[in-house]
Amino acid sequence: MNFDFTDDQQAIKRTAKEFLADRFPLERVRELAESGDYADEAWREMCELGWPGIFIEEGHGGQGLGVIELVILMEELGYALAPVPFLSNAAAGLALQFAGTPEQRERWLPGIASGEARGTVGLLGNGEARLVPDADSADVIVVFTGAGGFVVERPGADVEPIETMDPTRRFARVRSEGGDPLAGDGGDAPYRIATALAAELTGVGQRAMEMAVDYARERKQFGRPIGSYQAVSHRCAQMLLEVEGARSASYYAGWCADAEPETLPLAASMAKAYASDAGWRVTASSLQVHGGIGFTWEHDLHFFLKRAKVDGLLYGSAGELRDYVAAVSGLEVAQPAPA
Amino acid sequence: MDLTLSASEQEFRDEVRAWLAQNHPGEDPPGDDEAFEHRRGWQRRLFEAGFAGIAWPTEYGGRGATMVEQAIFGEEMARAKAPSPINVLGLVMGGPVVIHHGSEEQKERWLRPILTADEIWCQGFSEPDSGSDLASLKTKAVKSNGEWLVTGQKVWTTYAHRAKWCMLVARTDPDAPKHQGLTYFIMDMEQDAVQVRPLTQITREPEFNELFMEEARVPDENVVGGVGNGWPVAITTLMNERAGLGAASAVGVRIALDELRELARERGVADDPVVRQKIGQLTIEVELLRLNSWRGLTQLTKRGMPGPEGSLPKWQWSEINQALTELAIDILGEDGAAWDSPWAYRFLRARANSIEGGTTEILKNIVAERVLGLPKLR
Repeated sequence: MNFDFTDDQQAIKRTAKEFLADRFPLERVRELAESGDYADEAWREMCELGWPGIFIEEGHGGQGLGVIELVILMEELGYALAPVPFLSNAAAGLALQFAGTPEQRERWLPGIASGEARGTVGLLGNGEARLVPDADSADVIVVFTGAGGFVVERPGADVEPIETMDPTRRFARVRSEGGDPLAGDGGDAPYRIATALAAELTGVGQRAMEMAVDYARERKQFGRPIGSYQAVSHRCAQMLLEVEGARSASYYAGWCADAEPETLPLAASMAKAYASDAGWRVTASSLQVHGGIGFTWEHDLHFFLKRAKVDGLLYGSAGELRDYVAAVSGLEVAQPAPA
Repeated sequence: MDLTLSASEQEFRDEVRAWLAQNHPGEDPPGDDEAFEHRRGWQRRLFEAGFAGIAWPTEYGGRGATMVEQAIFGEEMARAKAPSPINVLGLVMGGPVVIHHGSEEQKERWLRPILTADEIWCQGFSEPDSGSDLASLKTKAVKSNGEWLVTGQKVWTTYAHRAKWCMLVARTDPDAPKHQGLTYFIMDMEQDAVQVRPLTQITREPEFNELFMEEARVPDENVVGGVGNGWPVAITTLMNERAGLGAASAVGVRIALDELRELARERGVADDPVVRQKIGQLTIEVELLRLNSWRGLTQLTKRGMPGPEGSLPKWQWSEINQALTELAIDILGEDGAAWDSPWAYRFLRARANSIEGGTTEILKNIVAERVLGLPKLR
């Protein structure tokens, strides 16, 4: 029993942290968020580092590592709030690698791994996927229907860009009548995607907590740092509890994905449900610690708050996942009679 | 990262599991004395099988087990619903303090009877005016003719009426700063100068006691860790109390959660969306308690000493147990009001969880100051 990263994994984490800190100082994140652009140059560097293909089989141009290594990258990307099309492309990679037919994998994974032909994923309901990251610029869209899914080439989909609360990521609505069916029912690919998102939320929460703690140390009111008041310090302690919980859950789900896939659906649902709530609560609580300045556009905190909220809504909300957790852990519900 | 048990850990778990299946002592018999002797007998059987003080070094009668094995043992005890050994305070707090801070003579004298439950230990830390602010305690010890005379009052002393020894922190230098004037003693409870009065709690049970001392005598050789070092020695005790309990407590609440799900089904609310959200959330939090505990244990194994992150599981556990028992009573509705409902005692007892062994507020202070580095209030 060892809940620690290997030396190689530690090295990936260190490299990612240093690279992202250098390429994405908050002024740069703000500049990109305000212009609606992505960091194309940094994305090319990430591709050269092999990040998009970190978990993709070597035969398809990836590094052949696991979801746990993807979790490490996602946490750091969330911490840096890097405006790059990484998540969407990784989601497509996970969907195709774990639910695609051999032909689909052959066709799409190399481009996803190299970053040259990016993909994304949407969840379809009533013929429409309403929150699909980077669909406008993707070459391929994987659509899950709940009972399987299909692959749509970008020209075959009706993509309507939408503006969301989160200006650091681009979204669209996607309508599609169908496409090339995935192998089987989609397998556990959606849970691998949920795991990656839980890790991103962990990083977002970690950063918002650090901002709150730094501010609480510096900001003085009534002649002393506000962090010396328990009304503030206990808020920060609560943030730590929730961030560490999200971290434990997303690392565990990442490990399950690679080593114990039969436990992945439950582990990933727990991780995404908890991290969605934690991400929102921690960023909102951090805003409260900052007081009025935290409500201004000029402060950077709101970018984290918005990312956390939209991540929480993306690919399965906390409420849906909690109900699933209740169901698979033994609270089966009587099926309603078909209408 | 490898979250499976190693071959030797698995072997140890199987051994413990098989032994518990064969040796489970069953329910406590009615009557306080009978129940006490039953639990004492249970600890002796644990000791004889090598399962008392399993993380203690072998030269002091322990098993020399790793922290992971200790956690596995706690998990298996909880899974088997086996009762705690009677001398739990000696095993979890007193023994480790003597091992860390005691002299060879003290180890020789005290450790073995803790393991065999021949001598029961209790803890004299809190006082009526010194709860969370433990270092403000007023019980004083004055040196006279080569021994110490202890005068004062302690409270929340579990097993005081059964105990031979009390881990007692008293003020030996009233002029020193409050954290520096304290000394850690092992006090003999079998003397007239020590009076014990049971304290009835909201569950109607007298689980704790008050302790009154009027010039109680403690020989100089019963000072542990040196005069004036009582604070760091006491902190070791508290850290040990909190460390390693997380994994076992996670199993305890997981069993309670199974019972809660069963209750929800029996009462026909398993498809109620509000109940499902709450049970789903509790399921997640119980799993996170387990995972956080194991992560903390990985850190502890590397560093050798429990750290401040050990404060998280106890805080989480108390919130889970309170929310879980509250939901059970709410599901029971009017039946939840009855004393004889199986949940009433647990519901009321859970109110102490966020107070005993460090209040949630103190745990938050520890996290804020020692983990996050926020400035101190004081």
